[in-house]
Amino acid sequence: MPLELDPDPKLAAYAHPERLVTTAWLAEHLGEPGLVVAESDEDVLLYDTGHIPGAVKIDWHADLNDPVARDYVDPEGFARLMAAKGVTRDTTLVFYGDNFNWWAAYALWVCSLFGHPDVRLLDGGRRKWIDEGREITTDVPAPAPTDYPVVPRDDTAIRAFRDQVLAHIGTGRLVDVRSPQEYSGELLHMPDYPQEGSLRGGHIPTAGNVPWKRAANDDGTFKTAEELVAIYEREQGLSPQDDVVAYCRIGERSSHTWFVLTHLLGFERVRNYDGSWVEWGNSVRVPIERPGHPIRP
Amino acid sequence: MRDQLHEIVEEFADAPRDLRLPLLLDYSKRVPPLPAALAGRRDLMDQVVECQTPFFVAVETDAEGRVHLHFDAPPEAPTTRGYAGVIYEGLEGATPDEVLSTPNDFYVAMGLDELITPLRLRGMGAILARVKRLVAAGAQGA
Repeated sequence: MPLELDPDPKLAAYAHPERLVTTAWLAEHLGEPGLVVAESDEDVLLYDTGHIPGAVKIDWHADLNDPVARDYVDPEGFARLMAAKGVTRDTTLVFYGDNFNWWAAYALWVCSLFGHPDVRLLDGGRRKWIDEGREITTDVPAPAPTDYPVVPRDDTAIRAFRDQVLAHIGTGRLVDVRSPQEYSGELLHMPDYPQEGSLRGGHIPTAGNVPWKRAANDDGTFKTAEELVAIYEREQGLSPQDDVVAYCRIGERSSHTWFVLTHLLGFERVRNYDGSWVEWGNSVRVPIERPGHPIRP
Repeated sequence: MRDQLHEIVEEFADAPRDLRLPLLLDYSKRVPPLPAALAGRRDLMDQVVECQTPFFVAVETDAEGRVHLHFDAPPEAPTTRGYAGVIYEGLEGATPDEVLSTPNDFYVAMGLDELITPLRLRGMGAILARVKRLVAAGAQGA
């Protein structure tokens, strides 16, 4: 049975307050039956240096991705992972992580591909929990394996593929959530990150640039519903009925924006293009928009 | 490859998959604190921009011609610190020739690629490349 919702007034203003919990709520509910807390990080060793008591680790690369093909685990693999982490189909699964919850949002999005019913994010993620001086531990839990069902992965509702994005140009809305320098093509990765991974720089034609960070406060929490409406709806002219595709470099920062648009603002049709710039910027003969250059072909 | 580094590579390669990350975490704790002359003086060190977190390196050569390595990486970046720990344990006190003859892809044989994405794993090669460049520049200047 799902755990009670966090009644926090900030969360209540979002379209789907049931998708977020505060650090205070989590501290109060730790250890309750039916709750599994999972940490998903950029740094693969961070969990091992200390994590929220009872939290399991779900690594985006080693656990959620197929080890060979560029794709996610299959239904059997997902069921095995959930079973090993002590998750049942009725579990309230709360994700948190480093770097403003990028990978936590990504893990939540992957779980949503498999339709796990009750997934939530910890507002503020790992940083807020630690900054508040809350308890962390290096004890790794050994949950009793569960019997998680093998459920099909639905890649149609919230995931977009390259050819769909190609057809989306001029018909739907595209949101490029990378930094302005990546959007303009000046850089192929975030500032200060390694410059590699794509042969071409720029953005998908017609995409607007709304860096993911604009949705977050410096303490890692999400901006208020009102502030988010001001950015995405009033400034960018997006509306909750729009057909939206979000992308970044490999799909983690755009998971963050997917979460904002879908769960905080209540947009009905938002897809994450997980192929993102690493696929687009390496694809032969896809159109690229770059300031000062005509779009071709 | 210098024996000390070769042994570390084998230690990782021989470890079961599940124990390779704990081993890297162990190495992350083996980076000694900066000497007083370098503490808080990132301006005297070189930044390895290929790492995803602020990471700085300095090398010194002593009177016997041995290379000494100094690394500065934040505690919230244990993976990068782990890379530094491997290189520190493997190359601290080496001769410039030993450092310069280290294969650039020495870390590939460690078997970490199943656990860490290639882009992030390349941080290890980037640290070695910077150390080699500093050692080569020092040898030239001597």
